[in-house]
Amino acid sequence: MSRTPAVLRVVEREARVFRRLWRGSVYSSFLTPVLFLAAMGVGLGGLIDERNGAIGGLDYLTFVAPGLLAASAMQTAAGESLWPVMAGTKWVRTFHAMVATPVGASDVYGGFIVWTAVRVAMSASAFLAVAALLGGVPSLWGILAVPAAVLCAAAFAAPLAAFAATQDTDVTFPLILRLAIVPLFLFSGTFFPVSELPAGLRAASAVSPLWHGVELCRAATTGSVHLGAAIFHVAALTGCVAAGWWWGTRTFTRKLAQ
Amino acid sequence: MGVPPLIEGHRLTKRFGSFVAVDGIEFHVQPGEAFGFLGPNGAGKSSTMRMIGCVSPVSSGELRVLGMDPAVDGARIRARIGVAPQEDNLDTELTVWNNLLIYGRYFDLPRAVIRERADELLTFVQLRDRRDDRVDPLSGGMKRRLIVARALINQPELLLLDEPTTGLDPQARHLLWDRLYSLKRQGVTLVLTTHYMDEAEQLCDRLVIMDRGRIVAEGSPRELIQRHSTRDVVELRFETAEAPHSALPRLAETGERVEVLNDRVLVYTGDGDAVAGALDGNGVQPASVLVRRSTLEDVFLTLTGRTLED
Repeated sequence: MSRTPAVLRVVEREARVFRRLWRGSVYSSFLTPVLFLAAMGVGLGGLIDERNGAIGGLDYLTFVAPGLLAASAMQTAAGESLWPVMAGTKWVRTFHAMVATPVGASDVYGGFIVWTAVRVAMSASAFLAVAALLGGVPSLWGILAVPAAVLCAAAFAAPLAAFAATQDTDVTFPLILRLAIVPLFLFSGTFFPVSELPAGLRAASAVSPLWHGVELCRAATTGSVHLGAAIFHVAALTGCVAAGWWWGTRTFTRKLAQ
Repeated sequence: MGVPPLIEGHRLTKRFGSFVAVDGIEFHVQPGEAFGFLGPNGAGKSSTMRMIGCVSPVSSGELRVLGMDPAVDGARIRARIGVAPQEDNLDTELTVWNNLLIYGRYFDLPRAVIRERADELLTFVQLRDRRDDRVDPLSGGMKRRLIVARALINQPELLLLDEPTTGLDPQARHLLWDRLYSLKRQGVTLVLTTHYMDEAEQLCDRLVIMDRGRIVAEGSPRELIQRHSTRDVVELRFETAEAPHSALPRLAETGERVEVLNDRVLVYTGDGDAVAGALDGNGVQPASVLVRRSTLEDVFLTLTGRTLED
């Protein structure tokens, strides 16, 4: 009798809401990173290329485009996983409506993460197309930067949504953005290689999921894939998703079915 | 008995840490019945409903819903019941129509089936002309009706209504009651919680009175009144706060049971008019006298020593 998995029925709800609200998200998930790409890649990049030449053989636009791709995937994931979860558990209580039906608490969590992945796949594809038009994607392997960005987004969405379900108010959410997401955005090899960082911070960047995401995206868009490194980055990000998923199915169950 | 019960609870218990919300209750609901949990806020009604609705795990004791165990078959049970929760959790991002459509999809119903039912349900709850509106601007009564319509999208055998008319104005309540009657006539089993005695009297064939996690009485509204109260109640109001206490010894002489509340004194009697008529002779001079029939409120007061509004 059951044909659509419960996780996808939750995704369907999100997709229907998105059909009405997508215009608003175009600005945050697509236009903002494209503006960054224009300013940093083309504007600042022109200056850098003139003075210093290439970073590791790449002109600055080519260097920064995959960085921005992964970083905006992270930001979309963070935005989608904090306040919308609070709306579902507390403000509008849509999640409570879902678990009164055959949909279970872990389906709600799973559907939410899957939907974030779908959204990031859409915005990452659009961004990648613009970056390619500007000449920032030299390799056809660049297509693989979309799944890399999606994996990077999931590595943030899974634990953040799990965390959001433990909270009764949103007071911690701006702190997470300021104290975690913004520093990661700046110091994870997005705008300059982590080798430029002081030794202590360089070690720290290795545990940044964004750094793994940036490295994967950059390997794809520049076509310089080293299998060992790629496996390492995929494993690190998958580990974040798995840990977050384990946690999230528990926090959602505790919140929605106690 | 013959017909197996639709819901059965034995020593059913719900604990939150050391707090016991539901304390070993025994009850059963038969198919086609309108069954009520009546009690004040905090009596354990909503916790019981959430266990029946298979969203809140049973702490101890036994619960069977539609012959199944919620711990094992939660999703299968939820597929066959409808839930109208106490708190409005309509999807404010969606229109009235899409609320029904998406909710039907949670049950994995085909879209064509949902469309057909949603049309009928909107007519049933008299919201057809609001079909393309967002839910935010709807009135409280309309939202409640939409929640009931939404709970019916899977054609449930059993409809759970948690405080269905709390916060509604009288007109909106009567309209909702009328719709619930109509469902009952169609054979849907209704289980509802309420702290309104008139709601319980209007809707319930049978009910249990809950207080502090326990069931203190069970029966039809009429049975409960016959068993635990008198035919009539005389309500006396006094000008001053001390007056009731000075009147008490003389009221006690009537031989009837007397309850002193904050704002009034109740005399429970088989013949209210006789008691009211004899007041003057007894030297009791209240500011106002009202003779009325006993209600479930009186039953509750008799059993617990407190009013439902406490």
